[in-house]
Amino acid sequence: MNTETFAENAKAALNDAQLRGALRKATTLFGIRRREAAASLSNWEDLRNEARAIKDDVLLHLDRYLEAFVSKAESRGAKVHWARDAAEANLIICRLSVERGARNVVKSKSMTTEEIHLNAALEGAGMRVVETDLGEYIIQLAGETPSHIIAPAIHKTKRQVAELFTTELGIPPTDDVGQLTSTARHTLRERFASADVGISGVNFGIAETGTIVIVENEGNIRMTTSLPRTHIAVMGIEKLLPRFADLDVFLKLLPRSGTGQALSTYQSFITGTKRNADDEGPDELHIILLDNGRSRMLAHPVTRQSLACIRCGACLNVCPVYQQIGGHAYGSVYPGPIGAVITPQLIGIEKAAQLPYASSLCGACREVCPVKIDIPRLLLHLRGEINQQRTNHRKERWAFRLWAAIMLRPWLYEKTAVAARLMQRWFGLPLQAWTSGRDLRPIEEESFREHWRRSR
Amino acid sequence: MKVSLFVTCLVDQLWSSVGTSCVAVLRRAGCEVEFDERQTCCGQPAFNTGYRDEARLVAKRFIEIFAESKAQAIVSPSGSCTAMVHHFAELFGDEPEWRERAAAIAARTHELSSFLVRVLGVDDVGASWQGRLTWHDACHGLRDLNIKSEPRKLIGNVRGAELVEIENAEACCGFGGTFSVKYPEISVAILDQKIEAIERANVQAVVSGDASCLMQIGGRLSRKGSKVRVMHLAELLNHR
Repeated sequence: MNTETFAENAKAALNDAQLRGALRKATTLFGIRRREAAASLSNWEDLRNEARAIKDDVLLHLDRYLEAFVSKAESRGAKVHWARDAAEANLIICRLSVERGARNVVKSKSMTTEEIHLNAALEGAGMRVVETDLGEYIIQLAGETPSHIIAPAIHKTKRQVAELFTTELGIPPTDDVGQLTSTARHTLRERFASADVGISGVNFGIAETGTIVIVENEGNIRMTTSLPRTHIAVMGIEKLLPRFADLDVFLKLLPRSGTGQALSTYQSFITGTKRNADDEGPDELHIILLDNGRSRMLAHPVTRQSLACIRCGACLNVCPVYQQIGGHAYGSVYPGPIGAVITPQLIGIEKAAQLPYASSLCGACREVCPVKIDIPRLLLHLRGEINQQRTNHRKERWAFRLWAAIMLRPWLYEKTAVAARLMQRWFGLPLQAWTSGRDLRPIEEESFREHWRRSR
Repeated sequence: MKVSLFVTCLVDQLWSSVGTSCVAVLRRAGCEVEFDERQTCCGQPAFNTGYRDEARLVAKRFIEIFAESKAQAIVSPSGSCTAMVHHFAELFGDEPEWRERAAAIAARTHELSSFLVRVLGVDDVGASWQGRLTWHDACHGLRDLNIKSEPRKLIGNVRGAELVEIENAEACCGFGGTFSVKYPEISVAILDQKIEAIERANVQAVVSGDASCLMQIGGRLSRKGSKVRVMHLAELLNHR
C-alpha cells in the first residue's frame, strides 16, 4: 500500500470488518480516556496555550536552541551527528553499528526511525533487528508497519495476535493476554541480553542541559537505552524544548493526550554518557539529529506549525476518517490528520496529493491537539498547493472556474438553476458519487429568491 | 433591528422552506428583514477544495454586496457558510484593505441561533412541535463559531418538543463538502455511525443548523427507509 493508492486502500479497509471492529473499540476507548484525563486538570487550556508558545519560540529560534543542545550534550560525553535526510541518517547508524562489530540490534518504539525505514537499512547491513515495544514487536512478527503513532498494532484483535504468536513463536494456541505478553517478554529479554546496540527515538531534547527525554509504559526503552554498550538516539530537529522546566507542561499534556494517563509509567532522562567507567549503562551515546524535510516546513510561515507536533496520536483517535479506515490506508508512515499534513511535506506533495483531501474538515483534530495545531487550516493550505501544480485535477479546476463564473453573475446563477431543474426533470442529475449511498434531495421547483420576489 | 438575510446558495436552490422559515422567525423576533437578490454563494466550495483564486473572487463580490447594506446584522441559516464569512480574511494575505473589509463583514455576520440568543437575547420564538427530536451539532457551527447551547435553548422552549441527546452528537456526519463526493464510501461509513446513534435514540426528527449536513443525514435515512425526518432549526422554530 502506498499514498498514491489511498482511495483503493480506504475502500479495502472499509470492507475489513475485523479491522473496523478493532478500530472502533480502540479509538473510542482512547477518546474517553483522553477526555477524562484532560478534564482532571483545571488549567488544560492554559497548558495547551503555554505548550504552543514554547514550541513557537523553539521553532522561531531553532538554530540557537540546536547549537545549545549540541554543545551541552557533547560536553556530557554524547556524540551528535547531523543527518540531512533518511539516507544520510541510515548511513550514519549503519556505519556506527558496523564499526562496533554489532550483530544484534534492539530497538524501542520510534516513529522517526519508521520515517527513515531504518530496519531495512540495518538488515541490509547484516544486523538482526528486534523491535522491543510489544505493539511494534507484534507488527514486526507480522511483517507489517505501524497503523497508529502510539499504538502501532491498534488494527489487530487479540485473536489475531494469538494466532500470530502461535505461528511465529511456536506457542500453543491461547487467547490469554497474560500468557501472550509473558511470551513476548521472555523472548525479548533474551534479545536484550545479547544486543550490541540499542536504538531509540526521542520525545524531547532539552537545550539547556543536553538531556534527551523518552516516555514509555513497558520498560523496554529503559532496557534498550541502558543494556547494550552503544545507545543511538534518533531525533527530529524539532523535538527541542528550551528548558528542563518546560517538561512540566509537556509531560502533563503528552501522556494525557496520548493514552489518557496522568503520567507514563517510565520517563527516561538521559544526559550524556555514564560518569565513571565502572558505572552501569552504555559506553557511548550517539544522537542523530534528523532534518529530512523539516527545515523546509520550518521555512514556510503557514506550515511551520506542523513541527509543533509531539506525536501524541490524539488527532487520529478523534478523526472520523481514521476511525473508519485506520492507519494503513494512508499508505504513509504518519497516518491520520497530522499524517495528512506531514506526509506531503516529507515525501513531496505530488506523491501524497490525495491525503490532504482525506478529511471532512470537521475540526475535531484541532480541538484535541495539545499544542493547538490548526490541522484543518494546514490541510486547506496543502489543497491550495496541490491545485497550484497545473498537472493536477484538470477537470476539477475547469469546473471551479465555471462555478466562479456562475457565482459572480446572479443572472447566470439563476439560469443555471433553471437548467439544472429541467435536467433533473428530464434525465436526472449525474451525481453517482452522491447517490451510490444516499438519496439526493431534489432541486426545488421554486427557489427561495423566486418565492421572495413573488411574495414581496 | 434591520437584518440582511444571507440565505446561502444551497438553501436558495434546494431547500427554500428553510429560507422562508428563517425570514418568518426573524420577523417574529422583531426584525425587519431584507434580501439582496444579487447574492449567490460565499465561496466555500472553492475555498475548501483548495481553489483560493476562485474563492477570493466570489468572496470579494460577497463583501461588496453586503457592505452596501445598512442592516445592522447579516443573518444566515447556516453555521458553515457563516464560518466561511469569518474565514474571509485568510484569503487576503497580501491585501490589507480587503482584509479589513472582510473583518468588518464578518463582525456583522451571524448564524441564526446565535443571532437570536446572543444578539437579540431571544430564546423563545413561540414555536410548537409535538414529538421527540435530537440536535446534530454541525461541525463548523460547533467548532468555528462555538455554537452549542444556543440551539438547545431555543429547542428547549419549543412547546411539545422533547429534546434528547444522541451518542456523539458532536461527531461529524461525514459530509465535508467535496469530501462527500471525492470519497463517498468513507463519507457514508462515517455517516452510518451517526445514523446508528439516531436510530438508537428513538426520535422522530433530527434537527440541525446546516442544510448540508441535513441533506447528508436525510439522504441516508431516506435510503434506509427510516421514518425519522430531518428538519432545519429554522423550520422547527417556525412550526406552530
